[in-house]
Amino acid sequence: MAVFFAVPIGTFLSRSVDNTELVGMLPNTMDAIESWDGAGLPDEPVFEALGEDFLAITDITAAAGLGRRLNHNITGYRSLVMRTFSGLRDHAGPLGRDELIQIDDRWGEPEFWRVLRQERGTFTSLYLLASLDLENTADGIHRTAPENRLFVDLLTRTLWISLAVTVLCLIFGFPLAYVMAASGPRLSNWILVLVLLPFWTSLLVRTTSWIVLLQRNGLINQLLESLGLIDEPLSLIYNRLGVYIAMTHVLLPFLVLPLFSVMKGVGSDKTRAAAGLGAPPLTVFRRVYLPQVMPGIIAGCSLVFVLSLGYYITPALVGGPRDQMIAHFIAYFTSESVNWGMGASLAGILLLTVVLLYAVLARVIGFDRLKVRQ
Amino acid sequence: MRSPSTAPFIERLSSRGSRVAAFVILAVLVAPMLVIVPLSVTSGTLLIYPIPGLSGRWYEEFFTDALWVDATWNSIVIAIPTTALATALGTSAALGLNRLRSRLAPAITVFLITPIIVPIIIYGVAAFYYFSRIGISGTYLGLVVGHTVLAIPFVVVTVNASLKNFDPNLLRAALVLGATPRQAFTRVTFPMIFPGVLSGGLFAFVTSFDELILTLFVSSPEQRTLPRQLWSGVQETINPTITAAAVVLMMVSILVMLLAEWIRRRSSKMQGKP
Repeated sequence: MAVFFAVPIGTFLSRSVDNTELVGMLPNTMDAIESWDGAGLPDEPVFEALGEDFLAITDITAAAGLGRRLNHNITGYRSLVMRTFSGLRDHAGPLGRDELIQIDDRWGEPEFWRVLRQERGTFTSLYLLASLDLENTADGIHRTAPENRLFVDLLTRTLWISLAVTVLCLIFGFPLAYVMAASGPRLSNWILVLVLLPFWTSLLVRTTSWIVLLQRNGLINQLLESLGLIDEPLSLIYNRLGVYIAMTHVLLPFLVLPLFSVMKGVGSDKTRAAAGLGAPPLTVFRRVYLPQVMPGIIAGCSLVFVLSLGYYITPALVGGPRDQMIAHFIAYFTSESVNWGMGASLAGILLLTVVLLYAVLARVIGFDRLKVRQ
Repeated sequence: MRSPSTAPFIERLSSRGSRVAAFVILAVLVAPMLVIVPLSVTSGTLLIYPIPGLSGRWYEEFFTDALWVDATWNSIVIAIPTTALATALGTSAALGLNRLRSRLAPAITVFLITPIIVPIIIYGVAAFYYFSRIGISGTYLGLVVGHTVLAIPFVVVTVNASLKNFDPNLLRAALVLGATPRQAFTRVTFPMIFPGVLSGGLFAFVTSFDELILTLFVSSPEQRTLPRQLWSGVQETINPTITAAAVVLMMVSILVMLLAEWIRRRSSKMQGKP
């Protein structure tokens, strides 16, 4: 467990601050640039060190890796690195400021040098800041340009969708759990089986069913059309509505089960006493019943909320491009754009949120109640 | 359970209205899954009602098309060793923790069930990263290891639960009556916790059989499992073969659920509980 669970997550998350790749490729430059104060252009030795490091890079994949890494700081660095790499291929003789600027005049711009100076340490704050739409430049940490802001929006969207799904689950789950708890043992058992059935069925299968139902020519549109309620199909899928519908359905049992187990344990002595003393039903419900089942509500809601924060499959299949949550971007950064640093930063933020929520929850209602299945 | 004395208030609140609402919600909860069953036996090519006629052609395609057959086979080949490993490791962990009277025990238990808490996407990506480094990404071994990690918590939880019901006096009695510790374990402890172990194993099997996210990252096309094949199918075109595959997956889950429920009932009967 330790080796195959904790270690992979640890090493992966450490990528969010890891900068050894860059330092390892430009060792001389990183040493030399230490003495530069960041004003104007660095001195000749720094140029020479960079030239030396570049000559040490032999294959193009390594150069491309370096370019990609530096491109995370400033766009345009990739082409600069690639041009320098190919320009130095047949280079002989001295290599300093003049030669480098001749290959690509961007080496004459202080901006590109400042990046190297800033990233000279073994750790970088680049990714963690970037996942909060912040950047660290020569004049301190500030927000990225509005057109590049993406992640704060993503985080709020993830929180918002999770919150909405939680509220929807509560609205639908409460009456269901209530009737389950209030019914006789036979009926209650049957309802339990029907709630457990989707609970056990693969999430992918349930999401597939919703795609079939919500499609443009799917069953719901067909039904509404044949009833004459609509003239043309509604778009129910590949948008936010589809995400809400499918996720609420998938997560509903996670709210119903803990709530049911609490409701079942709540006797009716207190509520009857209150009613007997003349309290109107609504007051009884609000002042007497609700406080008693509150632990169940808290447990169920937080479970749904925490689970939906990390959802990947359902939004990916029924959502549109604007409805993807944080998990989608973690996947995107690691499998498509191969930006481990960004992927690990976002994963770190998600993990931290989830662990904090569980810690608070465990404090409030005890860890034993938080079992996911049964 | 409802005792007669609790009836009046409950009756008043669960008036017809809330009952109807609950049954509508229940129907909405179950219906989407049932809706695909008839569609999987349609004779047409479209997923619309009313279906033009009955036909087994989509199941035939599912059971003959190399892609689906391979995927099913892969899922089984991965789920079986995963179940065995997770059951063995999870059971021994639960037994060990139960005997450990140290203050660390609860902390270790929490650690063992963290894979349920950590979003799978994080573990999937991390496993991909780490497994590639140690050279088991894109292999059956990698998938079995990953699935086992995800399945162990379920075994630990179920075995733990059955150990809580286990009366330690029985073990003491066996030892007093002259059983060796080994005999006491095989003849007393193990039979008592066996239902728990068995349902833990079933959980482990379903976990592996239905697992998609980790598989997406860690498997290569060669180890494409049933959920993974379904996933790529859903993203391309929804045709009735997909509904047939979905029904097969659903049937496996339901079967396992019924089996687990049956074990639970039998064992509670054995322990003389209602």
